[in-house]
Amino acid sequence: MSGPQALRRLDADLDRIEAEPYYEPIGSEVALFEAAWKSRVPVLLKGPTGCGKTRFVEHMAWRLARPLVTVSCHDDLTASDLVGRYLIVDNETVWMDGPLARAVRSGSLCYLDEIVEARKDTTVVIHPLADSRRILPMEKRGELLRAPDEFMLILSYNPGYQSVLKELKHSTRQRFVAIEFDYPRADLEAKIVVSESGINLHIAERLVKFAALTRNLKGGGLDEGASTRLLVHAAQLMQRGVAAHAACTAAISLALSDDPEMLAAIDELASAVF
Amino acid sequence: MTELRSLSQQELEEKLDDILCAALSSRRSAAAIAAGIAPLPRAQQDFVLAWAEVAAQNVAELGYQFTAQAPQALALLGRGGTEKWLLAALDAYDKEGLYPACAALKDLAGFKRRADAAGAGVALAEVARVLELFLRGLAGRRLQLEASDETWTDTGTIFLPERIARHSERAQNFRLYKAIAVHHWAQARYGSFNLDLAPVLAAYAVPERALAWFNLLEAIRLESQVGRGFPGLAALLAALRGELAPGLAAAQARLAHAESSVAHSVALLREFHALPLPEPFPYMGSLYPQRAAEVRGERIAKERRALYTELEQLRLALQAERPELQDGEAALEVESSFETLEFELQIDGEAVAPPEEVARLMRSIIQDFGEIPEEYLLASGPGAYAPDALAQGEDASGLAESRAEGGRLYDEWDFRRRDYRKDWCVLFESEVLPGDPAYVAGVRARYAGQIAQLRRRFEALRGEDRLARRQHEGEDIDFDALVEAYADRASGIEASERLFVQRRRIERNIAAMFMVDMSGSTKGWINACEREALVLLCEALEALGDRYAIYGFSGWTRKRCDIYRIKTFGEHYGEAVRARIAGVEPRDYTRMGVAIRHLSGILNEAEAKTRILFTLSDGKPDDFHDGYRGDYGIEDTRQALLEARQSGIHPFCVTIDEEARDYLPHMYGPASWVLIDDAGQLPLKTAEVYRRLTS
Ligand SMILES: Nc1ncnc2c1ncn2[C@@H]1O[C@H](COP(=O)(O)OP(=O)(O)OP(=O)(O)O)[C@@H](O)[C@H]1O
Ligand SMILES: [Mg+2]
Repeated sequence: MSGPQALRRLDADLDRIEAEPYYEPIGSEVALFEAAWKSRVPVLLKGPTGCGKTRFVEHMAWRLARPLVTVSCHDDLTASDLVGRYLIVDNETVWMDGPLARAVRSGSLCYLDEIVEARKDTTVVIHPLADSRRILPMEKRGELLRAPDEFMLILSYNPGYQSVLKELKHSTRQRFVAIEFDYPRADLEAKIVVSESGINLHIAERLVKFAALTRNLKGGGLDEGASTRLLVHAAQLMQRGVAAHAACTAAISLALSDDPEMLAAIDELASAVF
Repeated sequence: MTELRSLSQQELEEKLDDILCAALSSRRSAAAIAAGIAPLPRAQQDFVLAWAEVAAQNVAELGYQFTAQAPQALALLGRGGTEKWLLAALDAYDKEGLYPACAALKDLAGFKRRADAAGAGVALAEVARVLELFLRGLAGRRLQLEASDETWTDTGTIFLPERIARHSERAQNFRLYKAIAVHHWAQARYGSFNLDLAPVLAAYAVPERALAWFNLLEAIRLESQVGRGFPGLAALLAALRGELAPGLAAAQARLAHAESSVAHSVALLREFHALPLPEPFPYMGSLYPQRAAEVRGERIAKERRALYTELEQLRLALQAERPELQDGEAALEVESSFETLEFELQIDGEAVAPPEEVARLMRSIIQDFGEIPEEYLLASGPGAYAPDALAQGEDASGLAESRAEGGRLYDEWDFRRRDYRKDWCVLFESEVLPGDPAYVAGVRARYAGQIAQLRRRFEALRGEDRLARRQHEGEDIDFDALVEAYADRASGIEASERLFVQRRRIERNIAAMFMVDMSGSTKGWINACEREALVLLCEALEALGDRYAIYGFSGWTRKRCDIYRIKTFGEHYGEAVRARIAGVEPRDYTRMGVAIRHLSGILNEAEAKTRILFTLSDGKPDDFHDGYRGDYGIEDTRQALLEARQSGIHPFCVTIDEEARDYLPHMYGPASWVLIDDAGQLPLKTAEVYRRLTS
């Protein structure tokens, strides 16, 4: 088998999710997502960093038994990076699908993470895919890909502290059904920390409590409080024998701020619950 | 250099005889003192003699006491400390006479202890920010800290000592500060004032004594409440209070259950009030239930209004989404927990994630009430936005003259009519008169470190490169393009020659208009902070290269709305602009709408892809005598921001407002905004906010 085909095969395998990714539903997001998928409507996930968006998509892909293609967007991402390009193999030109085209062909879920980071001219290539046409024009190849019913487009977007240069265009936004994410309720969050790290529930609850205190500081000196992800990290450190306080500092406080007084305050909050 | 030789005991005795003669007698000779000083190095001997003379000039006895203990003092305190020890005694002599002065000199050990403690002391000013952040984290709402002779809280502010030097280690003193803060936060958090105490206390023969007992019982109750969620804090409080007397330990056992409330402390008061009062715990302060009740009451009223406005918007948004709700109101329900401050908001039986502001208000209300009272959720509400009485007797006269003076007419939004009042305001543009030319240099010197940091961070923004692909020339080959060209040629199509990538600076292409509040209410501290904010902003923006203009606004009725030029888009940040920044001063009132309209117009003429209108104000729009105050002004400002937004501008509002925030979400709804509750943060925060807005 020559290079590109091998490559393509590998990709398709990677896209498949074999084992159930652990996901703790927070509200009605699972049902909402399934309804959107059945209606062939794309979905926009909104929510702060580290609250489980990526995990949710992985879980849904598994649930719907579809492969998942994920693209992390950045400001150098071009339309061809998404759609595809010609390569030269053995002195011949070979077309190589980009992740978006690959996802369309295989009827996958395609997850464009942090879409606002992508350039505006890149964002528009998804427009015809995201409305009732459900097509992907591949100009270079002169091909029009029609998305099968199983295909679904998913964007994520953190509306937190947005730069005016990175607002999602209305023409993009209004093509999507939005699902709003937030940090889970305390009991669920503790359960997640337990499942992800194996730590005992009592400590997980304290971590969650500590997270709530840091979230109170949002807007009062912090841009974001501690996310579920950071709690999982701290718990994992503790599981490997790091003392509670040190784990909180390393995995949580230092990830939230550089300001020495803020760090001192967060430290005091940690010692209030531990 | 040769060391001077020490004076012998003989020589010293002679000198001391001279200095101290009036205090000497047959039983008190200078010999014993000279013997103590003789072993000292010459420099110290001279030091002692010199100060002995100073002391003896007041009274010979002081000189005698001083010299007698000087060797010991020098050993214990060093020269600097010895000097302070003597000066403190001289001070005591001036104020209280000889006896206390001598006592002060004799208490060398005590002086030493106090001096040590003062060195290890902690000032509130040093730790206030850390404590405030800490409390904000704990409370989920802002608690202010203020230095005061008396320690207490009104539930909105905690008053603490200006300095704590009780322990010999800084860390210990900080711990005491923290414990005081925690204890007083707990009074508000766990409801010490959620009950009318006046009748309770009045029932006792000695109300003051009953109050002191109540304070103590509450302290015991609060400690165990705090311990439920915050074991670390309860441990701190317990360590500081020490072992409880048996009687109090019994009270503690009875107050320790989860449901124990202020009512339980009141109930226990009946048993305890007549007993002798034990020492209060070191972190306790005074109680002023009446004043706490007032502040709590104000907060309750304000937050109720604010919550109502917020929920109203939530309802409207919901109705827009689900037209079937159009007529019937969406029913709101809240389940909340006093212990964790968590709550779940349901609209028509469906859980919704509340906007942040709603969540903040709810948590605060739960703290004051234990729950969200049902009537808070009713759509009829408390009538927060009941329109003001109509502005009386508007006359149109005078407009013509104003116009003749070069004014420009603007419409204004009248929310009661749901329409504009045509040509309602006259606006005059003029230049700010230059102020102190050295002002900006002073600010730059004071903030040198921060400015350097700001500039670096702003430069980093500018420095972002982007790869331009498919260029005719460039520093690298564009492999995508090359491959494509190759493929094209292979299939007989004409191949492109644009085969290079070029690194390019991103053209930021932003124009920013800064609109600065010059109304009279900014007088003093806020104005000072605004000017500093402008300096820092200019310094930072110069590093970035964005086009920017700065204008001030103020007004005196609709016939005299003023816009003051500080820097136009075309001008450089040079001497003239700097002098004008220095000249920014408080004028009259705050008619915001017309200023937004005028400056939006100027901004829209600037060439740029992205336009930002950045307002800096100190809160509520207000004007003199023609009904701009209150809802009318709020609605007009909101409308003007909407217009700006519709014209493609990104409005952003920074507001310094230390209290009322209930109207802000509504007024700034069409814009993005931040609230700064301490003007002192303005200088650094403004530039930082701009940076993030445009990164
Ligand atoms: N509901 C959940 N169920 C299971 N795990 C969760 C859940 N929410 C968060 N997590 C944990 O938090 C971690 C971070 O979540 P995830 O990576 O999905 O965040 P995200 O929302 O995609 O963040 P970002 O916006 O930064 O990409 C996960 O790895 C997982 O451990
Ligand atoms: Mg993610």
